[in-house]
Amino acid sequence: MASTDLHDPDAYVRNGRYDVDRHWRDLVRQRRLYTGLSLGILFVALFASLWFANETNAGKFFDRLPHFFDFVGGMIPRDGWEVWRALFDLESPYYDGSFKYDYPDGRVYFWGTWYVPEYMHKMVETLNIAILSTLIGFIFGFLLCFLAATNLTTTRWLRFFVRRFMEFLRAFPEIVIAGFFLAIFSLGPVPAIIAVSIHTIGALGKMFFEVVENADMRPDEGLRAVGANWTERVWFGIVPQIMPNFLSYTLLRLEINVRASTIIGAVGAGGIGEVLRLSISRGHEAKTLAIILLLFVTIVAVDQLSAWLRRKIVGDQAFQFGA
Amino acid sequence: MTLSAQPLSAAQVDEIMARQPDVFRRPFHKRFAAPLAVAAVTAYCIYAFWFFSIGQVFANGNWNIAGTYLADWVSYEVRPDIEYRDGEIEVTFPRFSPLGENPDPDWIETEQGTVTVIVDRPADNSASAAPASGSFMSPNSDATLTAEDNALDGDAAATPADEGFSFMSPNSDATLTAEDNALGGAAPAADEAVVTETRQGIARALVSIYERGTIDVTPDRVIVTRYNGTLEVLIDRENEQVLPQGPLPDWATQRAPGAKVFVDFGFYGRAEIRHREVKVNRRFLGWENFVFDPASPYWGLGFGEVIGKAFGPPIEEGRSNFGIMWENIVYNAEWQHGDVWIKLLQTIVMAFVGTLFAVFIAFPLSFAAARNITPNRFVNQILKRFFDFLRSVDMLIWALFFTRAFGPGPLAGISAIFFTDTGTLGKLYSEALENIDDKQREGVRSVGAGPAAVQRFGVVPQVLPIFASQALYFWESNTRSATIIGAVGAGGIGLKLWEAMRTNQDWENVFYMVILILIVVFIFDNVSGALRARLVGRQAG
Repeated sequence: MASTDLHDPDAYVRNGRYDVDRHWRDLVRQRRLYTGLSLGILFVALFASLWFANETNAGKFFDRLPHFFDFVGGMIPRDGWEVWRALFDLESPYYDGSFKYDYPDGRVYFWGTWYVPEYMHKMVETLNIAILSTLIGFIFGFLLCFLAATNLTTTRWLRFFVRRFMEFLRAFPEIVIAGFFLAIFSLGPVPAIIAVSIHTIGALGKMFFEVVENADMRPDEGLRAVGANWTERVWFGIVPQIMPNFLSYTLLRLEINVRASTIIGAVGAGGIGEVLRLSISRGHEAKTLAIILLLFVTIVAVDQLSAWLRRKIVGDQAFQFGA
Repeated sequence: MTLSAQPLSAAQVDEIMARQPDVFRRPFHKRFAAPLAVAAVTAYCIYAFWFFSIGQVFANGNWNIAGTYLADWVSYEVRPDIEYRDGEIEVTFPRFSPLGENPDPDWIETEQGTVTVIVDRPADNSASAAPASGSFMSPNSDATLTAEDNALDGDAAATPADEGFSFMSPNSDATLTAEDNALGGAAPAADEAVVTETRQGIARALVSIYERGTIDVTPDRVIVTRYNGTLEVLIDRENEQVLPQGPLPDWATQRAPGAKVFVDFGFYGRAEIRHREVKVNRRFLGWENFVFDPASPYWGLGFGEVIGKAFGPPIEEGRSNFGIMWENIVYNAEWQHGDVWIKLLQTIVMAFVGTLFAVFIAFPLSFAAARNITPNRFVNQILKRFFDFLRSVDMLIWALFFTRAFGPGPLAGISAIFFTDTGTLGKLYSEALENIDDKQREGVRSVGAGPAAVQRFGVVPQVLPIFASQALYFWESNTRSATIIGAVGAGGIGLKLWEAMRTNQDWENVFYMVILILIVVFIFDNVSGALRARLVGRQAG
């Protein structure tokens, strides 16, 4: 606090008596002043931001609000079954040669007349992007984290370098990595895998080394006493106790990566994100609803599965929130 | 105790194994956990490799371009053309060259000499009726080059060239035939010779690519030196042939005999030797014209000179020199500083307003969703499922949805972040409320406080630091998410980044924006980390 006077009880001693009541009132007054000031600044910033956002938007908020309701109204399909037909690529009775009702065209045949509906195939693609990049992130994060932990790496510059490297991977915008590799590989899911993996390496690496630093060092000490080398100490002393936490963080990352790979897909890297963007921008309401439904169910399923697994692996302590 | 060297008897071994069943008789899945995991991961990787056809994608990747794009992040190219078609050398720069108009860089030296210049070239056009016509009419004649020739001929033979240029069409043969006819009428004399004139002019140009090499250009011969290797290329302007002398070194390539020769100087540049010009790309480290573009009166001046000019006599009537300077920086045509800053501010605003609104809505709702605060199962469940819904409908879906509704811009981004985070924060807040210490509430209640006062003095002081810390955490992470959802149309720097990347031209602008984003993320991380550390103590940071 700024005023040292307020925190010095001696300043409130008058004629040998400490006026605790006045001191308390002064402190409350000062706290109210600070709270009021901070709230005032917050609200000024909020309204300035809102004004700025509205000014620089393509359409003004109140002008666009009717369009918003039109758009929501336009999302209602012709009949309820259309959503199921779009989801399972069944023939539509409204088919008129346009892209809007051409559901069977998207079928992915794999055996005779057996097919995977288009959106499920795309969803599997997005899930695979998420799983593969989480796996890559896990492997590299695992390899790097021991080098960044204070209790295992005594070389200061190496630790510093590894930590900054992971920070860099984490902070570098995924969108730029995806865009760069899209320029090299042309459209497809591989750029998304690379972008999400790079981010995951940084994010998991940070979580991992924090876990390693909190590890119990007694097994390590025992191994050191019998002459184990660094790799053996890490593998037999540290890894068994940290593995549950690592797996839990990896599952948490998987949940985040399913969302991330959907978003990266929407900017041209394939998967469900791209078809969602296209169908929303073309105004295909049944297709859009089918994709949203599928995405919603998948995300809920992945979240629940991961939560159940994490509870099995580490118990309730896994439910601290982290990124 | 003495250590016994005697081996254990079978009975003893059995006894030990019976005593320690979890060590010696572990279930199969525990004993083989590690190899099984490795096998599963390997199998999955093989499947993924097949699913994404990764091998093929990598083989088809355009790796040469990758190097150029990466180099573009931190460097720029100047692309002079050294033309010698008419016998005299002319050094030209494309429009919007980073060197401004009429540049005269010191790495191109020109030498005066006697040159034989083709003043008029009737033969070139009428020759098509004579023996050379075969090459003109043949389908594999280089359509664009020929059309370009005519266009570039402008100074020497104005009328026919213009004529030819106006006929230029995607169909090469049609163009040339039409041109032939038109010119056939105008200049029917087939045996007219090339009209030349010998005079003083630029006879030689020497381009140096740092210390890496030189390109020595004369109208009939180009000599390229790189390290110690030398390549001599003869130019046959009559037959439009480029003829390298001797075997090509590994830094030079030619696709077909007589075709243009590519010379590679690695990072430092490259050159294309054609039958009527040498196109040089020389790379410079740094960002060109980062502060002032060539249209600005301050362009090309050093720092001291800029200051001097700003304090000097007025450049323009009625405006201050500093005003012009500021405007030139903000509206820099190549870097668009003003626009980039506005877009970055939009991204920051999106994260800030979105998170703040989410906190405002999630805070009261979480009290109703927590089962120890509101003992109504129905309300609790409805609200919790509502939070789950907001959270699980991805931020992307909200972003696309609101972009469609509000048009591209920060409003869509704010709404997307607001909707997603109301769900996430509502869930976290209600969980935090369910874990509070009940004793404080009881204490407040026992002195006769009303329901509102119980929450205010019994609950809020316990959870406020956690709430604020989580809000700060989400503010920080949303600054990052706002960049990504911007690219799908929700405005901000993400959209600008995406536009810059799509052209594949402006990688230096992309890098500039990345640096700005990294700085913002770094500052926000630290501010939010410091605030959180003050709120909840060290362990939460």
